[in-house]
Amino acid sequence: MYEFSSEKKEREKPGLVAQRRRSYRVSVFVSQFLSSMEDQRKPEKNKTSTTSSLLWFFGISTCVKLLLIPSYHSTDFEVHRNWLAITHSLPLDQWYIDKTSPWTLDYPPFFAYFECILSFFAHLVDPKMVDLEKGLNYKAESVVLFQRLSVIVCDLVLLYGVYRLSKNFSMGFKERVLMWVLVVWSPGLVIVDHMHFQYNGFLLGLLMMSISYLMEGRDLMGGFIFAVLLCFKHLFAVAAPVYFVYLLRHYCWKGFVKGFGRISVLGAVVAAVFAAAYGPFVYHGQMQQVISRMFPFGRGLCHAYWAPNFWVFYIILDKGLAFLLRKLGLNIPVPAASFTGGLVGDSSPFAILPQVTPLTTFIMVLLALFPCLIKIWKNPQPRSTARWIAYAYMCGFLFGWHVHEKASLHFVIPLAIVAGNSLEDARHYFLLSIVSCYSLFPLLYEAQEYPIKVLLLLLHSFLMWHSFSALFTEDATAKAVVSAKKTDRQVGLKGSSSDFVGKGGFHVGWIGRCYLFGLLVVEIWGQFLHPYLLGEKLPFVPLLLISIYCALEIMYSWIWQLRQIMVST
Amino acid sequence: MEKERKKVQKPKRETESNNLYDVSCLFFQKGIMGSFLLISIFGLLLRVSVSLHSYSGAGSPPKFGDFEAQRHWMEITTNLPIKDWYSNTTYNDLSYWGLDYPPLTAYQSYFHGLFLKYFDPNSVSLFTSRGHETHFGKLLMRWTVLSSDLLIFFPAVLYFVFVYHGGNRSSGDKSDVAWHIAVILLNPCLILIDHGHFQYNCISLGLTLGAVAAVLSRRNLLACVLFCLSLNHKQMSAYYAPAFFGHLFGSCLRRKNPPLEVLKLGLAVLGTFAIVWWPYLHSRDAFFGVLSRLAPFERGIYEDYVANFWCSTSILIKWKRLFTTPSLRFVSLVATTLTFLPSMIQQIVAPSSKGFLYGLLNSSFAFYLFSFQVHEKSILLPLLPATLLAMELPGVHSMLLMLCALLSMFPLLCRDKLVVPYMALYASSILLYLAPSGRRHIKKHLPRPMITFSIVTIHFVCSLTFHIIYLTIRPPEKYPYLFEAMIMNFCFSHILGFTVYTNAKQWMLSRQFASGDKEKKLD
Repeated sequence: MYEFSSEKKEREKPGLVAQRRRSYRVSVFVSQFLSSMEDQRKPEKNKTSTTSSLLWFFGISTCVKLLLIPSYHSTDFEVHRNWLAITHSLPLDQWYIDKTSPWTLDYPPFFAYFECILSFFAHLVDPKMVDLEKGLNYKAESVVLFQRLSVIVCDLVLLYGVYRLSKNFSMGFKERVLMWVLVVWSPGLVIVDHMHFQYNGFLLGLLMMSISYLMEGRDLMGGFIFAVLLCFKHLFAVAAPVYFVYLLRHYCWKGFVKGFGRISVLGAVVAAVFAAAYGPFVYHGQMQQVISRMFPFGRGLCHAYWAPNFWVFYIILDKGLAFLLRKLGLNIPVPAASFTGGLVGDSSPFAILPQVTPLTTFIMVLLALFPCLIKIWKNPQPRSTARWIAYAYMCGFLFGWHVHEKASLHFVIPLAIVAGNSLEDARHYFLLSIVSCYSLFPLLYEAQEYPIKVLLLLLHSFLMWHSFSALFTEDATAKAVVSAKKTDRQVGLKGSSSDFVGKGGFHVGWIGRCYLFGLLVVEIWGQFLHPYLLGEKLPFVPLLLISIYCALEIMYSWIWQLRQIMVST
Repeated sequence: MEKERKKVQKPKRETESNNLYDVSCLFFQKGIMGSFLLISIFGLLLRVSVSLHSYSGAGSPPKFGDFEAQRHWMEITTNLPIKDWYSNTTYNDLSYWGLDYPPLTAYQSYFHGLFLKYFDPNSVSLFTSRGHETHFGKLLMRWTVLSSDLLIFFPAVLYFVFVYHGGNRSSGDKSDVAWHIAVILLNPCLILIDHGHFQYNCISLGLTLGAVAAVLSRRNLLACVLFCLSLNHKQMSAYYAPAFFGHLFGSCLRRKNPPLEVLKLGLAVLGTFAIVWWPYLHSRDAFFGVLSRLAPFERGIYEDYVANFWCSTSILIKWKRLFTTPSLRFVSLVATTLTFLPSMIQQIVAPSSKGFLYGLLNSSFAFYLFSFQVHEKSILLPLLPATLLAMELPGVHSMLLMLCALLSMFPLLCRDKLVVPYMALYASSILLYLAPSGRRHIKKHLPRPMITFSIVTIHFVCSLTFHIIYLTIRPPEKYPYLFEAMIMNFCFSHILGFTVYTNAKQWMLSRQFASGDKEKKLD
């Protein structure tokens, strides 16, 4: 009477089971093939099921975001609250001048308008929130709830961006699901937006929308949305060269007359967007002031916590050389300035290597982008745009001035679009997204959030592992089934299929595995061993280790992407 | 039987090939272990994020709430000798959250108290720590629940799923298995009460679940030990006792030597109890002293507003006024016994795995509806077997039961300021049933779609209005508990319906088996 136990299997002969399994696999494959054929004939049904599944994914992530409302939030929370107050209680010509709070408005005007619209609702919820003086450091429950909910609601833009991408792009169903998982359930976005507090989901949604238009071939629309995005957050301008070259070649390079017409249309659209954003400030004669607020070059080469980029190696090299030369008896003065501070006079923070200025970093970024730009000019293909744009943000991240570790989201999210393209891509994305999420860990330094960030990363890695395996192993199995049928029916399918799985299945290789293990070691050292063994001594070492270790992978990934771009046809 | 199995298998294959557009196809291809790992990480994430929120009695002196009760027990157990834990002494004021759970809870408090003492000695120091509420203290307390959940409830779920679905290479659809794991692990009520309100239900329910899995894998001795441990952690586990007794007794009767089998199990029970109660067995007084703490008969027949028979009918019949407490005690005992008796008898007569799970559900329903001194949190007990039966019960029913249970705790969670996590988990449990497997499950068991659809619509409209009314409108001065009473009656009507349905289902089961056996004999 024990109907749950596995008696049935024991009773059946093993040979029979294997045979059944074989025929079963073949039948599954055939029926899948048939239903996929059917599916091409019925795009309607497919579309609705796609939309509802995407909504399901988004719903689950929204539940988690709601639960995270009382978690730790950084000073960015107060920054955004202050912007609500500025835009609500001051006239437009005071927005970029006000100095009541140290957290002055330093985003482009569209973001200020956006805050102005939000502040209207904020005023309805709690008038004290939008008060310039009384609202300073106001952290009542209503403020937390309102601001958190505003971020959650703004993620709808991201949802729309992802929806557009999956609607029009000729992806298989599984690849589409994979993209949703990678973008909608991105742990980095949850950490930065819904815990640390920012509106990246909304801005990246605009970027995704723009990419989806480019991929469809609607270049003008793509360019227009990118221009809008630039007026929301100017840090996205790193990809502007890519857009410029791509649009020029793919949209405008169509003979003299037509091309000239298209250039003027594109120029007019972009100019109109910028006029809408900056027009009022030009009218008030404040452009100088707005620009000085938006580009605070008074800040240093690195952020307080060094983002894992090229400059980490540069600094370490400098320190190492100085140390060596001092050992050799040379008199090397200790630099007075710090990397994180601004440029103070002529003093350089470097002991030996040449000084790095914003101009140097600018040129470095352009140089790094240059091969990609040539490639775009030679072969402007809509389907590669996502990769190019991600590459541009990678260059900006690696060589830029005062880069924030949060900026790694700018390339990890667009790369999700191409992650399912090939096994190699999947492998690289797997490592890159883990590292990028891990490099965000220092943002949440309190004990309360420790399990959350670890679980988010673990969940993400397991999801990626399972879905990449399912995506790539199944293709291999299907091939194995077909080939085994063709070649030899007697030799037993299981052996040959497992061979195929071994070759074609998803794995990260031994270097990848060692690297991930090293990541674990770095984390255990920083969290447990370092405080236990060294106590208060050398407090910067754990963070430094994270920076260096993550920078290794991101540099490697950058080189790999560059090679991929150059090789692709 | 074989024929039936084949019949059952066929549609499964069809559904599997139809699932080309099943989003879960990507995640659950690695067998039970892989799916379990994935879902348990997500479950942990939900638990940790719920634990960020408030707890019962936060910042409300002088008595605070369950959080303070648990902390106080840690304070008592780490600072006093074991024999004084249950007795009123100068150091132990029993009127301030005195221990009223069985000894296993006390031991658990002791170990957790040691953990707290190591990291934050102030939080468990005698007397001075009363009403201790710090950020770090809260964090430590939350981690004790989280670790107990992870160490007891999660492995028990894994054990159960392995037994139920027949090992890692189960024949069933992988995404269905994953969905079953998710329904058990992501039970919103359990998460909210343990990690929001603050209790350790995960321990007693986890032990019970382990016992259930042991019964299903025919390890009756292990089942007895685990269930006794569960009883010794929370006396409320007695809700399941009739089912365990009925099933184990029934299956012993079918063995070769019934008296010996019964004796073995009886010895296991007595042995476990003796070990757990050892420190209190040296004298009669000590033993009865502890026992009297466990049976709070001086309290009323129900607490606050519960969706059970006594509370719901008290609008019409004022039980508390009409009867004295002792007579009510007797009446409720009779009513409870009469309600669980049919399902127990069914298990003695025809013990079966499925019947056992139904028996667990029916006996815990009986206790929830009719027994003495029921909390709104007691709904967790019937909910556990209901989630275990998620693959058996029609999808609509198990969804409605889950949502009803949530709604019945809504007033309690409102008092605890847990409205946001409540809403998030409410939404997530609906989404769970809208997941591809859940949706298939609901469709599969739909006998009359129109009627079911209208019932579900009515349910959603009603509960939506209840939520809105409760959150926005103030009740009239004359009836301050009007809305609570409305919610409770709504839930009571559902739960009563379920009880009748599942009892009928259990008895139909035995008829099916009887006819199946006859056919077999004829063959």
